Amino acid sequence: MTTISIDQVSRWFGNVVAVNDVSMTIGPGVTGLLGPNGAGKSTLIHMMSGFLPPSSGSVTLDGVQVWKNQQAYRQIGLVPEREAMYDFLTGQEFVLANAELHGLPDPGAAAQRALATVEMEYAQDRKVTTYSKGMRQRVKMASALVHEPDVLLLDEPFNGMDPRQRMHLMELLRRFGADGRTVLFSSHILEEVEQLARHIEVVVAGRHAASGDFRKIRRLMTDRPHRYLVRSSDDRKLAAALIADPSTAGIELDWTEKALRIQAIDFYRFTELVPRVAKEAGIRLHTVSPADESLESVFSYLVTSAR
Amino acid sequence: MNITVARLTVRGLLGRRRGLLLLAVPALLLILSVVIRAAAGQDESTTVNILGTLALGTLVPLLGLIAGTGAIGPEIDDGSIIYLLAKPLPRWKIITTKLAVAIGCTVVFAAVPTYIAGVILFGNFENLALAYGVGALIAGVAYSSIFLLFGVITRHAVVVGLMYSLLWESIVGNFVSGAKTLSVQQWALSVARKIADPGVVSSSVHLPTAIPLLIVVTLGATAFAAVRLSRLTLASEE
Repeated sequence: MTTISIDQVSRWFGNVVAVNDVSMTIGPGVTGLLGPNGAGKSTLIHMMSGFLPPSSGSVTLDGVQVWKNQQAYRQIGLVPEREAMYDFLTGQEFVLANAELHGLPDPGAAAQRALATVEMEYAQDRKVTTYSKGMRQRVKMASALVHEPDVLLLDEPFNGMDPRQRMHLMELLRRFGADGRTVLFSSHILEEVEQLARHIEVVVAGRHAASGDFRKIRRLMTDRPHRYLVRSSDDRKLAAALIADPSTAGIELDWTEKALRIQAIDFYRFTELVPRVAKEAGIRLHTVSPADESLESVFSYLVTSAR
Repeated sequence: MNITVARLTVRGLLGRRRGLLLLAVPALLLILSVVIRAAAGQDESTTVNILGTLALGTLVPLLGLIAGTGAIGPEIDDGSIIYLLAKPLPRWKIITTKLAVAIGCTVVFAAVPTYIAGVILFGNFENLALAYGVGALIAGVAYSSIFLLFGVITRHAVVVGLMYSLLWESIVGNFVSGAKTLSVQQWALSVARKIADPGVVSSSVHLPTAIPLLIVVTLGATAFAAVRLSRLTLASEE
């Protein structure tokens, strides 16, 4: 049972704040680190894996500082995001080298076990250069598992994987989580995180936006106000009819766009409301489009609601 | 020394195109020596000239540059060093292993060829071949440690290394006599002068100055490289 503690951690690069006063505790089981690109997920993982000192605050593994503590790697397995490996080696040689560097008593057997776990035995004698992205990812995974670490840190592990490889890796991570290991992976795709992690930590623009069970995060995301852009044969009349309903929070007439900008509070009720009202009033709807379905806006809503 | 680190370093160094370059440079020196010996016969001043400028002045720093920066620079550049660093392995061990490999390369590809070139040109008279061979060996050790340090601290290690050996060791050293005191080449020459028969090899630094400087530079560069490696951060790609 190993716990990673991030305590009031900030990290800045020159004038840029990458991580801003984040505190979180990551315990056994699978945790998803969710956030849009550039949110500071990699920076957090680099700090947890001892490859970046926090500018302030502390990152500890069972109470022991990770930065400049090489002994911590006995407990940590790291799957970095970057592609580069020792490309001139075969998959087997690469995993074996990692086993030897850990000083394992029987590196050959450990390497073979790890390769079997990720189902890469069939290609283990091929050079790493010949591997597809998914195969590389699996060999990286094997190299991180070779010493059977208590903590597994994975930076965007599903990037570039096909659906089958993705399912396989998810299955693997689930198993590690069930074994009582602490597994943390980052992703910018909600569905990915939802499928795998019970516990989710959300970071947006360097801030810790939300934390908790995936159902709670999901609810936060669907309950947020939705914005729509609507064009119709009679915008004013439609606006008047819609504002009477409690599911609508605000309507603006946008003259330049010649459209209505509507803010809805109750998503389901609103989607049912618009066509009904239009039909009753004899108004033709030309456009109904969500204005802010991008992940960024979902996340930024989470940040404001978390405060 | 860590065997696995050494193996990975050797394969990284000798694989790719760098291996060919490592072979080509000393081969050129040996071919040139044979040609000169055949054309000009056995001549002391020609031998001193060739071994001094070509072998010790060019081959050795070049090999030190290729081996020293090549032993660590590419891994830091592409990020694969993470697989060495994410291990319960003291960073100084990684550095000393890589240094040993780089030194090994300069011995095989620079010091030994220098000695052989000396023998081809002048036999082993006046201990000339041995003197330059040992000089090349010592310079190779110092260059390897300096260039390994460059490989750790800058992404432009090869350019910085070239500037150092071209500007400092050749140009500045030739015009400003004081600069020669701080020249690896001159330190190595002072050792060669001691080994060869008196009056054959000249050096602008005395042995009692050269030896401590060699030791301080080599150990200092290595220690500094280890410290910098243990503070190596992964720049966030975001």
